[in-house]
Amino acid sequence: MIRNLLLASAATLGLATAAAAQDPTEACFVYVGPIGDGGWTYQHHQGALAVKETYGDKVNVRWQESVPEGADSERVITQMALSGCDIIFTTSFGYMDPTNAVAAKFPKVKFEHATGYKREHSNVSSYNSRFYEGRAVVGHIAGRMTKTNKIGYIASFPIPEVIMGINSYYNHAKAVNPDVELVVTWVYTWFDPAKEADAARAMLDQGVDMITAHTDSTAPLAEIAKEGGSAFGFGQASDMSAFATNDDGSMGPRITSIIDDWSPYYVKRVGQLMDGTYEQIDSWGGMPEGEVVIGPMTDAIPADVQAEAQGMIEAITAGEYHPFTGPMFNQAGEQFLADGETIEDGPLLGMNFYVQGITAEIPN
Amino acid sequence: MVRLEKRLNPNRTVAMLTPLLAVLLTMLAGGIMFALLGNDPFEAIRVIFWDPLFAEPFASYSRPQLLVKAGPLILIAIGLSIGFRAGIWNIGAEGQYIMGAICGAAAGLAFYPSESPLIFPLMVLFGGLGGWAWAMIPAVLKVRFGTNEILVSLMLVYVAENILAMVSTGVLRNPEGMGFPGSRNLGHWDAASNPELIEGTGMHWGVALSLVVVIATYVMMTRHIRGFHVRLAGEAPRAARFAGVNPTRIVIFCLGLAGALAGLAGLFEVSGPAGQITIDFASGYGFTAIIVAFLGRLHPVGILLAGLLMALTYIGGELAQLLLGVPAAAIQLFQGMLLFFLLAMDVFTNYRVRFGTTKVTA
Repeated sequence: MIRNLLLASAATLGLATAAAAQDPTEACFVYVGPIGDGGWTYQHHQGALAVKETYGDKVNVRWQESVPEGADSERVITQMALSGCDIIFTTSFGYMDPTNAVAAKFPKVKFEHATGYKREHSNVSSYNSRFYEGRAVVGHIAGRMTKTNKIGYIASFPIPEVIMGINSYYNHAKAVNPDVELVVTWVYTWFDPAKEADAARAMLDQGVDMITAHTDSTAPLAEIAKEGGSAFGFGQASDMSAFATNDDGSMGPRITSIIDDWSPYYVKRVGQLMDGTYEQIDSWGGMPEGEVVIGPMTDAIPADVQAEAQGMIEAITAGEYHPFTGPMFNQAGEQFLADGETIEDGPLLGMNFYVQGITAEIPN
Repeated sequence: MVRLEKRLNPNRTVAMLTPLLAVLLTMLAGGIMFALLGNDPFEAIRVIFWDPLFAEPFASYSRPQLLVKAGPLILIAIGLSIGFRAGIWNIGAEGQYIMGAICGAAAGLAFYPSESPLIFPLMVLFGGLGGWAWAMIPAVLKVRFGTNEILVSLMLVYVAENILAMVSTGVLRNPEGMGFPGSRNLGHWDAASNPELIEGTGMHWGVALSLVVVIATYVMMTRHIRGFHVRLAGEAPRAARFAGVNPTRIVIFCLGLAGALAGLAGLFEVSGPAGQITIDFASGYGFTAIIVAFLGRLHPVGILLAGLLMALTYIGGELAQLLLGVPAAAIQLFQGMLLFFLLAMDVFTNYRVRFGTTKVTA
């Protein structure tokens, strides 16, 4: 009886592999923005194109852009599953519940949800990147380069991912510049060029001269460019290299960038699905996996600062340095990391407090 | 010189046929656009209008989804159409929809995790009240101070969107959500969920209500004195006043009803298809419903059909993106064409084009 079952399942497996060899694997992507947004969705789409590039005819890549989060996304994901997708990547936090709901109805299809935490079924995996590693590097640069000792962070929503980014940015600026002061502006959006530009303008008017953004558009960089070289910013999600030089050839506002590179993860997962080694996972890759990349640095950054930043990148990539290494204290002065202790992923993923030295309050 | 001259007696048959003509013209112009984008125009039109209804494996899933998508559009559009007939321009249904969802969901979540059967009715009540109250702001400002309801109701949409972001990250945030924005999922809580009434039909309480409202509105507008007053106020305001129609009451009634219906649509959406209050809960139903109301000629049955057609272009548009790789922007353009042609047809129904200058004779 058991032997028969085993034989039967072996036969089914064989059939499945045979079928896979004939039909290309269908890899499908759900995007929250347009693929030309120059930031978040653009980067995911680059990852999708890398999958096609790597596997050629063995894979078919399909996508749908500007899918609203909520009820509409559940329908889109269902239609994808119905249309024969073998693996579906849903690339925004708001797709979490819809992804899990659809996964229950299509047990044979693999679902991959970005930046969430729910894996209610065995065919749902989640993945995210350690963006805070990039924040550490740009924080260091900001702390070294600021002349006004005021650095800014355009924040989207008060969620752990953003708060850990703020903490990482501030800590690494303060480590090299004890007088540094952080200005945080909450815009409550991921993508709204007008609001992002307003936030950057307000910061510049307060004398902030180094700005990083946790939103997706290039509007803050365009606003910083108006300062004519007295203030700088960083590309976010995408390289945004168009802002590295101004139209007249002078030094632009973007001095480096934090790039989300999803290609290694997408190529790996689709490959695993094709060769049968695919398993449910909760992935949180960073610089070591090549998922968080610091873009080319321009000469606006002094050579010694570039060298220091490069050293930090290498240390993080080699796993020798964790941006959350003690001693660390919260705003109330309570120690949460002992000397030399590094933070566990659990508390980091739920981080809901600022570190000591930040004077602002987290909005509630 | 080209001039438009008002027709004294617009042809009624033509007026009824214009939506159909507009759809055909949209198909034609849209087909040209798809061809220019490098897609087979006939295939694109087929995927948008035919496949969601009849081509497996999609049709058995998308037919019920048509109702899910059309339900809130119809519910909101009916409410708006009554106001539009009376000359009251509520542009802020999106805000009323959001506030209905927030109030209804909050009323339910206050009792989490109770399984009392009273919770869902309570949420429905508060959903309607939330939308009603939000619409009362422009209504009261209009009757008391003569403000313009178009501006006030539209501005309140942005206020509502910010309140939505605030409660998603604040008071309604799921305590077990690891600090992420968004409320508990009402779909996972039986007492508060608005599931399909019959499996596989897409029919939930909101869809059922929208069908009831279509019939009730038809009866009211054609058989009831209130409907007569509404039409009179819109078509002949002076005559309405002589007939004893109180303009204040008409404003309060029209805005209040539209707000309540939009609020109910929001509540049924948040407890059903959407499942939770999130920052991105608002999906533009309140604005799309304005198109639906006009596409349906402000007539209840017309709105029912227009809502289904609009839903079809959404679902078919998604399929076209998925199967043919048509960009999302092209689908939005396609929907925009529909409204454009409809309005253009309207102009030609009501006006005649004259060439040459008029000679003024003494």
